[in-house]
Amino acid sequence: MEWETVIGLEVHVQLLTKSKLFSGSSTRFGAEPNTQACAVDIALPGVLPVMNKEAARMAVKFGLAVGATINRRSVFARKNYFYPDLPKGYQISQYELPVVQLGRLVIDVDGERKEIGITRAHLEEDAGKSLHEEFEGLTGIDLNRAGTPLLEIVSEPDMRSAREAVAYLKKLHVLVRYLGICDGNMQEGSFRCDANVSVRPKGQHAFGTRAELKNINSFRFVEKAIEYEIARQIDLIEGGGKVVQETRLYDSVRNETRSMRSKEEAHDYRYFPDPDLLPLQLEAGFIEETAKSLPELPDAKRERFVREYGLTAYDAEVLTGAHEMADYYEAAVGAAPGQSKLTANWVIGDLSGYLNRDNLEVAAAPVTADMLAGLIRRIADNTISGKIAKEIFEAMWGGEGDADAVIEKKGLRQITDGSAIERAIEDIMARNPKQLEQYRCGQEKLFGFFVGQVMKATQGKANPAQVNELLRKKLSGTPA
Amino acid sequence: MHRPFGSLILPMSMHEKSLAELSTALNNKYISSHELTLAYLDRIEAHRDLNAFVTVDRARALKQAQAADARLKSGQSNVLTGIPIAQKDIFCTDGLPTTCGSRMLANFVAPYDATVIQKFNAAGCVLLGKTNMDEFAMGSSNETSFFGPVHNPWDRRCVPGGSSGGSAAAVAARLAPAATGTDTGGSIRQPAALTGITGLKPSYGRVSRYGMIAFASSLDQGGPMARSAEDAALLLNVMAGFDPRDSTSVDRPVPDYTRTLDESVAGLRIGLPREYFGEGLGTEVGRVIEAALDQYRKLGAKVVEVSLPNSRLAIPCYYVLAPAEASSNLARYDGVRYGYRAPEYADLWEMYAKTRAQGFGAEVKRRIMIGTYALSAGYYDAYYLKAQKLRRLISGDFDRAFEHCDVIMGPTSPTTAFEFGSKTDDPVAMYLSDIYTISVNLAGLPGMSIPAGFDGSRRPIGLQIIGRYFDEARLLNVAHKYQQVTDWHLRVPEGF
Repeated sequence: MEWETVIGLEVHVQLLTKSKLFSGSSTRFGAEPNTQACAVDIALPGVLPVMNKEAARMAVKFGLAVGATINRRSVFARKNYFYPDLPKGYQISQYELPVVQLGRLVIDVDGERKEIGITRAHLEEDAGKSLHEEFEGLTGIDLNRAGTPLLEIVSEPDMRSAREAVAYLKKLHVLVRYLGICDGNMQEGSFRCDANVSVRPKGQHAFGTRAELKNINSFRFVEKAIEYEIARQIDLIEGGGKVVQETRLYDSVRNETRSMRSKEEAHDYRYFPDPDLLPLQLEAGFIEETAKSLPELPDAKRERFVREYGLTAYDAEVLTGAHEMADYYEAAVGAAPGQSKLTANWVIGDLSGYLNRDNLEVAAAPVTADMLAGLIRRIADNTISGKIAKEIFEAMWGGEGDADAVIEKKGLRQITDGSAIERAIEDIMARNPKQLEQYRCGQEKLFGFFVGQVMKATQGKANPAQVNELLRKKLSGTPA
Repeated sequence: MHRPFGSLILPMSMHEKSLAELSTALNNKYISSHELTLAYLDRIEAHRDLNAFVTVDRARALKQAQAADARLKSGQSNVLTGIPIAQKDIFCTDGLPTTCGSRMLANFVAPYDATVIQKFNAAGCVLLGKTNMDEFAMGSSNETSFFGPVHNPWDRRCVPGGSSGGSAAAVAARLAPAATGTDTGGSIRQPAALTGITGLKPSYGRVSRYGMIAFASSLDQGGPMARSAEDAALLLNVMAGFDPRDSTSVDRPVPDYTRTLDESVAGLRIGLPREYFGEGLGTEVGRVIEAALDQYRKLGAKVVEVSLPNSRLAIPCYYVLAPAEASSNLARYDGVRYGYRAPEYADLWEMYAKTRAQGFGAEVKRRIMIGTYALSAGYYDAYYLKAQKLRRLISGDFDRAFEHCDVIMGPTSPTTAFEFGSKTDDPVAMYLSDIYTISVNLAGLPGMSIPAGFDGSRRPIGLQIIGRYFDEARLLNVAHKYQQVTDWHLRVPEGF
């Protein structure tokens, strides 16, 4: 039988507010345990939550970016359950009336565009962390994270493969970073994903029973976890079994999913509107003002790069994958007019390579956009060859100054004086009579040997095009 | 020290004075806050058998009194500087135990002051002690307190009402010049009625709930418990106001509640809800209310009949909503971070279960169970949502009634103080004690109880006055005018 996979994703995006969703504590990551938890966060008797307006602004930004409805009135509810890292015994979340509803995101898989619906995005507070490892049979509780604002983004079950799911997730990841509402750091848990996965016989309209996969914290694991789960469900059904609705934990070490709790064991969260908080009311002016503050979004930027800079769709996609990279590119092109393609190659190639090698963010690159543009201008005006440029780039990366300074210091100016190149050629021909003989007898592949010798003699500074042209003439014996 | 009127304000008679009189005495240096505080501390000590206080820290109170005296001396004082106030043990106090009447918090010392406490501190008041109360404010008799019941100073065999029974008894027995209470379904007004004092539950949102331990968040409201409307006005001046830390507090200016106390009540339209005078109302209570209304007629007020047709739904509505909120509000008492933790347990879930089984009393557990049930999947619509609809109906009743009147009057409680144990086995009978007060909380309106007489056993009877939203000034004015022509509020139980 042929099977069809149905996937919906729930993504928890940690918002980049300075303080928590309902208290003034800092949200900074990595502080000593329980040093960023105030009376409200640890739920002392008598304390009350106060909504952080900045979190609402970020949620609205997201909603506008995915073309969603922004609910002018949304309601905070309590989700009740007991757990030691949940100090109040309930999580404040939005339930019936979320701030964002009905948006969409367009993904591109193998050149095919597909729209993925976004059911809703709601604000909620994070729980603390239970630390089971370091306390020898006891559990440590760190409440620094308790109360950190999250935007939970719930998709429609519109994805039909693990690859589509990853494409959606990546798209979302780029978007929230563009919007400046999330740092996207998956290791630190700033961007977390749960996946609802089910299978059904191809052609069947009704959904199969779904499993919810938790704890998948990288793009690679999302793909692997879903692939594993699809195979598990198909095997199960084909073997005469039935998929049960349950929550499953992904184990990335063993690459498998394991049952965490079944539907019967599921909590009854007893949601009800939080009486400590008034409904979140957003004024039209607030939404308009937020709309004005939206940056250019990834899709628009990509299309503009193709249009404005004549880039291929692929190059534009890569360059707009992170707004910092796109900004870098635009700054470099601005300082090296007319060199958009060459600049794109450098940014995608050498710059990205060095950044990866040194594990640096583009903002921390030792070669600034201006410096790269300086280098590109020297390639364009034939001062240096592409090959020498790589050597200069490395020197710039190492802190030896801008392109002109390196060229000057190292004497890397390209030799474009035809007579100087001719002299070098003649010298080499004189010193290699045997090879010259063979070449002239038809062994044309020796041409490369002569190019190499000339470049070596000129320490790579000879203009390669000129070297080629002059060599051909000289070697064939025709008068120059 | 030279005391021109020293003979008038002897320490031994300080407890007979109103707040205004004490304020004058303090500001004119006839007495010091230290003397006044000491006198009250001694009275509390002498009447420990009432069990009105859970915590009294003499050294701390006297130190605060000395600071107040320094302030009085420096001229930086205001009206209530140096006056000792008893605080209900539901308001968190920095460095002093805050128990909420529960074993769960018997060992709990808050690291912060509630907004109300901060305001009293800023005014220069002395924290005289923390008063006993029904556990987590759940009760109408003070019998659910982990620290034992409070005795009614009018009749020690009787309850003082609840949940603010400690504050009520303290003020009635003159163990404190004034006190604070909180009122979720009648917890200021009913004990005020049963002990013959003046209590005001302000409009929801008038007084900050920050640091006031939550029972039912959408209903809880702190307010003054005092000897007179004038004293209550002075306290409310301190307590009221917007608090950015309480999202449900309302950002409206706070008037000086003493300024309008003396305004005439001639032409005042008093609404009498016919539903409040039916079955269940004690005949003596009814007679006293009638007499109070006659008094108002003499003052020029008009009495009109109004209807609150959904009144009978108030108790069932309240006993779904309040427990629902409580079941969630009390989830934080889990033994993990503070408060009581069961001494022995095998695992996390047993720790939770035993901690909560041992830490909470029967009435609190009953309400957590009711509330959990009402919010459960499959019952939510039938109970919680239905109750929310009833709440809007009840609120609508008041809106319509206030089209015909300026204030509503009636009994505060259907009966006078009852004997210990007489209702403890019948929760529903206990819940009916609050039949006239609960709908006021559901509607978020201000309500007051003032002493209006006694029954045949010399147990006090309270007159309830209900006002429009944020009309506290009018309630205090209407109550004050009555107290200018009556002396019920000046009566003191024998032996105090």
